Amino acid sequence: MLLWLKTWQLGVKSLMLHPLRSLLTVLGIFIGVFSVIWLLAIGEGISRKAQEQIEGLGANNIIIRSIKPPSEVTQNMSGAIPYGITRADFARMQYTIPTVDQALPIREVRRRFSFGKRMVDGRLVGCTPEYAEVTKLKVARGRFLTPTDVNNKLNHCVLAAGTAERLFPFEDPIGRAIHVEEAYYVVVGVMESRQPSAGIGGSLAAQDFNFDVYIPITTLWSRIGDFIATRRAGSFEGEVVELSQITLRIDKVENVIETADLVKEMLARRHRYEDYGVTVPLELLEQARTTRLMFICFMGLIAAISLVVGGIGIMNIMLATVTERTREIGIRRALGAKRSDITRQFLVETVALSIVGGLTGVLGGLTCRPLMNVFRYTMEKTMPNVMEQLPAVIKTVEPVIVPWSIPLAFGISVAIGVIFGLYPARRAAAMDPIEALRHE
Amino acid sequence: MKFAAQFHHVVKEYVLDGETVRALRGATFDVPEGDYVAIMGPSGSGKSTLLNLLGCLDRPTSGTIMLDDCDVSRLSDDELSEIRASRIGFIFQSYNLIPQLTVIENIEVPLYYQGRLDPAARRRCIELAQMVGLEHRLGHRPTQLSGGQQQRVGIARALVNDPAFILADEPTGNLDSQTTEDILAVLEELNRRGKTIIMVTHEPDVGQRTKRIVRLRDGLVISDEINQHRRPPRTDTSSMPAVAPQAGV
Repeated sequence: MLLWLKTWQLGVKSLMLHPLRSLLTVLGIFIGVFSVIWLLAIGEGISRKAQEQIEGLGANNIIIRSIKPPSEVTQNMSGAIPYGITRADFARMQYTIPTVDQALPIREVRRRFSFGKRMVDGRLVGCTPEYAEVTKLKVARGRFLTPTDVNNKLNHCVLAAGTAERLFPFEDPIGRAIHVEEAYYVVVGVMESRQPSAGIGGSLAAQDFNFDVYIPITTLWSRIGDFIATRRAGSFEGEVVELSQITLRIDKVENVIETADLVKEMLARRHRYEDYGVTVPLELLEQARTTRLMFICFMGLIAAISLVVGGIGIMNIMLATVTERTREIGIRRALGAKRSDITRQFLVETVALSIVGGLTGVLGGLTCRPLMNVFRYTMEKTMPNVMEQLPAVIKTVEPVIVPWSIPLAFGISVAIGVIFGLYPARRAAAMDPIEALRHE
Repeated sequence: MKFAAQFHHVVKEYVLDGETVRALRGATFDVPEGDYVAIMGPSGSGKSTLLNLLGCLDRPTSGTIMLDDCDVSRLSDDELSEIRASRIGFIFQSYNLIPQLTVIENIEVPLYYQGRLDPAARRRCIELAQMVGLEHRLGHRPTQLSGGQQQRVGIARALVNDPAFILADEPTGNLDSQTTEDILAVLEELNRRGKTIIMVTHEPDVGQRTKRIVRLRDGLVISDEINQHRRPPRTDTSSMPAVAPQAGV
């Protein structure tokens, strides 16, 4: 025990003979460990965000959306083009699939909402009272739609946080009426703002809930109807869409995949071409998990390379040290050191270097989050143009330190100290003591 | 009579650039316990080879080397290391102290390789430092000491493992005449207290201070005689304080 202590003490003493050299060697390992923790933390941050977005859709849900068919399919048709899922589809799903707990019809159209002189463009969403719960929207003030609103086709509406803020920056919106096309709707509630969820139904863009206005779907059907006219330069297009989306809530997570297959089969039989998309968040979740794993492997590879580079640095320095201390090795051998004693002595030095590098690297890795924010802040202050062009992921990512990455990085750094220290140490031990003593 | 070291027809050959060089061609001599021997000879006579073999740093091509009734001529590297650690005290021409260690730590090194580091061992190191007159320099580094002082540390280090004999390789080769005198006085005092000393030197003056002179030429012992003209050891050894009996010197 005392001997080991002495060996370590001696190792540190020898390292302190060349403080700068030791420091630079430690730096190599530090960067390796640091980058392992950082890269994994950033990777985890990104994938966790993606996962959250997908989970926002609900793992129990299956989402069916109407998709406008490509123009090759529709060019021969004249007049208003009907497409998408129908009320009949909805009824069939609701009543014939036993694993469906709830089926929510949604119809959305883009509209301009106005109150006085203030205007905002957004989605007018016709939905049922369950919509808020299924999409995990929370009421901030007032209430969400009720069955009474739906059954009586009332002109009631609920504003999303963004819409409310734009239209009523100063007043209380509850009880006021907003103007949408030819009708007025009384505001009964305001929702909390919510992070956008993953894009669904073939669209890659994230769904933004912030500029929505929710009204009973029955009201939407009767006031706006299925027909949508789009005016374009020189032409006029009409579409007939009964439902924009159906969200099916499945009783058990295990049944989700099978039910999704059933739904796809059912829709394929009823539709002439694919004017719908079926999104299964559970599948997306699994995909995201695979992506995350790949990401971790990739980041791990990069970090491993930097650790190996650090290890080569250690080896380089130790080889130089061994040559420089040939005479000391000779003296120690003459005074009774075995080859194994010499190996141990030099190995202890490399391990000491890598432990210090590993520990500081771990400490450095823990600063990931605050440093990232500081970095982002400085970038915004000094180079706003560059920052603007960066993708949103980079701008908003919050690194999440992966707990196992700390012992892993530290363990690898010590292992690297041993692996890359072994050769120089063995070389020192293999020296002929007579030659070593003669070395100047 | 007990022998500290015995050489019987020791032959040592090296292969150098494809040619076999016979450094020793059958050297034979004995060193009884308590002796003080000078090994002398011109360069190329095999002095260094003999020293390496005596110091268990090398193995002979043929012949037998007995150290303290133990045949060391066929031992493994690790076994030789153990012999060096426990039975031999080295004193070098260029002192060979380890620069990053202090005086006391340098003295401790042989004990470290015997696995004997305890408070008693530390006390013994301090006693030895006292004996060679360096008790006030325990925390100094070798570079802060004069040549004579460094050699004193070397002597203390050679004594710390209570060796069967002390092997001194030109111990005064790098010192001026006054310091040489001091170091020789220390060695003489050690011998008077019973330590066996084998000294390799090419300086006749230094050789004349020993009890016996073995002369080598071309790898053979050409003479081995009691030193008739031994210069009397200096009677004044007051510079060297008496050392406590448990120090074993």
